[in-house]
Amino acid sequence: MDFGHTCNRDDVNPLNCNQLTRDGESISEIISAGSVPRKANSWITMDFSVMSILSNGLDWFKVEYDPPLARAVVFGVPIGGHLVVEALLVIAILFLLLQKSYKPPKRPLTEKEIDMLCEEWVPESLIPPLTEEMKYESPVLDSAAGPHTVIDGREVVNFASTNYLGLIGNEKLHESCTAAVEKYGVGSCGPRGFYGTIDVHLDCEERIAKFLGTPDSILYSFGISTMFSAIPALCKKGDIIVADEGVHWAIQNGLHLSRSTIVYFKHNDMESLGNTLEKITRENKRVTKVRRYIVVEAIYQNSGQLAPLDVIVKLKEKYRFRVLLDETNSIGVLGDCGRGLSEHYRIPVEKIDVITAAMGSALATDGGFCTGSVKVVDHQRLGSSGYVFSASLPPYLASAAITAFDILEENPHLITKLKRNITLLLEGLSDLPGLSIASNPQSPLVFLKLKRTTGSFQNDLQLLEDIADLMLKEDSVFVVASKRSTLDKCRLPVGIRITINRCRKSMS
Amino acid sequence: MITIPYLTALSTYISYGLLFAFGQFRDFFRKVIDWWKNSSNLEQGYAPICLGLEDFYVRRLYLRIQDCFGRPIASAPDAWFDVVERYSTDNNKTLKRTTKLSRCLNLGSYNYLGFAAADEYCTPRVIDSLKKFSASTCSARVDGGTTRLHTELEECVANFVGKPAAMVTGMGYVTNSAILPVLMGKGSLIISDSLNHNSIVNGARGSGATIRVFLHNTPSHLEQVLREQIAEGQPRTHRPWKKIMVVVEGIYSMEGELCKLPEIIAVCKKYKAYMYLDEAHSIGAIGKTGRGVCELLGVDPADVDIMMGTFTKSFGSCGGYIAASKELIDYLKYTCPAHLYATSIPPPAAQQIISAIRVILGEDGSSRGAQKLARIRENSNFFRSELQKMGFEVLGDNDSPVMPIMLYNPGKIPAFSRECLKKNVAVVTVAFPATPLLLARARICISASHTREDLIKALEVISEVGDLVGIKYFPAEPKKQQLECRVKLD
Repeated sequence: MDFGHTCNRDDVNPLNCNQLTRDGESISEIISAGSVPRKANSWITMDFSVMSILSNGLDWFKVEYDPPLARAVVFGVPIGGHLVVEALLVIAILFLLLQKSYKPPKRPLTEKEIDMLCEEWVPESLIPPLTEEMKYESPVLDSAAGPHTVIDGREVVNFASTNYLGLIGNEKLHESCTAAVEKYGVGSCGPRGFYGTIDVHLDCEERIAKFLGTPDSILYSFGISTMFSAIPALCKKGDIIVADEGVHWAIQNGLHLSRSTIVYFKHNDMESLGNTLEKITRENKRVTKVRRYIVVEAIYQNSGQLAPLDVIVKLKEKYRFRVLLDETNSIGVLGDCGRGLSEHYRIPVEKIDVITAAMGSALATDGGFCTGSVKVVDHQRLGSSGYVFSASLPPYLASAAITAFDILEENPHLITKLKRNITLLLEGLSDLPGLSIASNPQSPLVFLKLKRTTGSFQNDLQLLEDIADLMLKEDSVFVVASKRSTLDKCRLPVGIRITINRCRKSMS
Repeated sequence: MITIPYLTALSTYISYGLLFAFGQFRDFFRKVIDWWKNSSNLEQGYAPICLGLEDFYVRRLYLRIQDCFGRPIASAPDAWFDVVERYSTDNNKTLKRTTKLSRCLNLGSYNYLGFAAADEYCTPRVIDSLKKFSASTCSARVDGGTTRLHTELEECVANFVGKPAAMVTGMGYVTNSAILPVLMGKGSLIISDSLNHNSIVNGARGSGATIRVFLHNTPSHLEQVLREQIAEGQPRTHRPWKKIMVVVEGIYSMEGELCKLPEIIAVCKKYKAYMYLDEAHSIGAIGKTGRGVCELLGVDPADVDIMMGTFTKSFGSCGGYIAASKELIDYLKYTCPAHLYATSIPPPAAQQIISAIRVILGEDGSSRGAQKLARIRENSNFFRSELQKMGFEVLGDNDSPVMPIMLYNPGKIPAFSRECLKKNVAVVTVAFPATPLLLARARICISASHTREDLIKALEVISEVGDLVGIKYFPAEPKKQQLECRVKLD
């Protein structure tokens, strides 16, 4: 084989050589090029030549330095010259073996050098230089963020607050808040473990579980902390989470903090989810040993899309994943009684393992909750950092949440009204020049996307903000462009976000 | 630095060893029984929610003393409050509430200035704001969640802490964990005190920056770490760090210690590191006019790059703030997720803070604020010195309203807590996840709303229970020998 190769190359090489000479390249290159294929032969010749040089050298040594010692006879053994040389060689080998291997001497930095390094070091500034677009002043409201609000002394129609059911300013809600403030004060002055548990917190947890039909629930003191505490409490290093790429920042942060293996699938694309689950199950041998979660939002804050829960539940049962569903924008909105996405799809709520939600939307209060089986909830009571290490929800907000659930249960027409308004607005928005509706027709969070993007994210955002500004100034309609933090990994296009509430009367 | 007597250390280890052994023993039988029953497992194919020993601590240790934590109350967390009595029918696994209440002296809440209860100045204003601005804004700050109260609050806070600008968020925990990632990132270094709060730890982790820890409240070690890190640069690449931030707290909530701020600032300045100060427990509670640890230790707020604090403690509300230069706040408002995505602080809570700050500064036209500040200082120092006289091992510095009493043995945690509650004094006991395993403690938070009689009653009860439980580790005359045979612990 080898010879075959050399032959072949020999055949080619002369051609090359000729070419090179023709091109006027140097002679040495030709030689080197020619010598390559003769490697096999040269090995043998090299062996021979080394041997001959060595033996020649020894002979020469014998002749030239034939000291008297070389002919000495010790205890009747005549010592030849070669023995001396061999002994010398052995000594040399021993000497070399006994030597430590060479290492460059380790010289730690002296104090003086460290001083100099410290002096030389120049830190970057804490923040990048501020550009004009960073200095954005958000509009300041002079009244409650209800359906109509006052900005700069002018009454405007508010399409920015997620007050879907119009509970802001609700008389009953207001009464319960006032009573709670009078009884409990504003803050709870302690985490849940250390006398920060007020009876209304426990009542609220029971109320949430009763409303949603789950075994137990746990109350968090802030909306976004719910997701980024619950996810790391349930998933740890080594576990697998499959998440939608469009999830909002609080979930992204939770995924990051959990240190689990995270695989994203295409935004709201069930085929992609199926493929991802299939791939993970097939490739990972330990897959049945670790916890596996699918993390999705009911209504995506970043796009207004609705998660197809029926397909997700099918996939989850097929591949044995648990589902963590964020219902921030769907509690009180979807389903006949406002129980969220599971009611919307008529899927029993037990099929969803963990539900999280912030209560700062339809319920018109604040804080968040996580609900699921007793085990899921109990595990968070000592394992969830945002629950253990943070002061509890102000009691008046917990009491507001209880009242909000009461109102919701007593008045299912709130939801029908909201649904009617959504259809009405979508009809009106259907043929807008330059903007297209990117959200689901059932979502109260309407997302208007640019039909033609300018190519850069920043410019798109600027354009949308200009449109929103114009609408506020000229038409007294308060809408907002969806902002995006530099920390946010979501890459969905930005849009104008319009939130609809049930009390809409004036709309053009 | 805490030192434990050898004997106590040994008995604590033995106690935990026993608990662990019994736990394992019970786990073993649980497994056998489960296997025996072999009930139709609904969870087939799913890995359990808690894997292996993850919840061992909760199942086998915490549940035994669950009743000492999370006691519900049925009133405002004022100097005296109503604790809801609970009972258990399944060996403490679940606790059920009764309708019975017991009026207890509150030594647990962070109600430093007494703003937790209804206040003649704050409460009417809060109720007004509730009417005008409703309970919540239902939107993030940039999406119509900024009311006039929010801008007013930011000005008020900036002015109070002595910084050019401030930004407020709806939760203290989120303030730390959402702002650190904005400022620090890959290639930057966060040097954090070893006992920093979990929110800082989570924020630092979320940022992707490298994290190094220095010995709790030890400026010399901080200097050593800084020198080492600047000389070494980033790990593996050895590029110089982009920026370094030192994160410390004003008062450490589990230790009651004040931060050695002047020394730490000197070190930070020398090595050009940025300084982040978390004043969750110190703002409002200490200093002549309540401006926190900077005022108490005579530090110019301009020397601290970022001042963070919460409103849950002294101001009796909720939320947190960041105060810094105008540019930095503008940048945070442009990109901080807590500003862009999270619901803004509820207007009534904002109003509560504004009113509380006005009272503290005397802008309400009374001297109640100054009285409150004088009272909390007197109360704290009186209580601390009395506890020390009784022979308790009390951690922390003078002027700090937080004072931990060391318990050590796990058995003493429920004993101390339950005995105190029997005598109508509600104390907080803190054990493993929040403190190192060996260093279980009871923590007392003094409030300005405590009267001298309250404190004397509390001292009587604690002394009595202390004798019963045996936690007076420093008898009146500490013998020299006793000090020597102690294990040194960080």
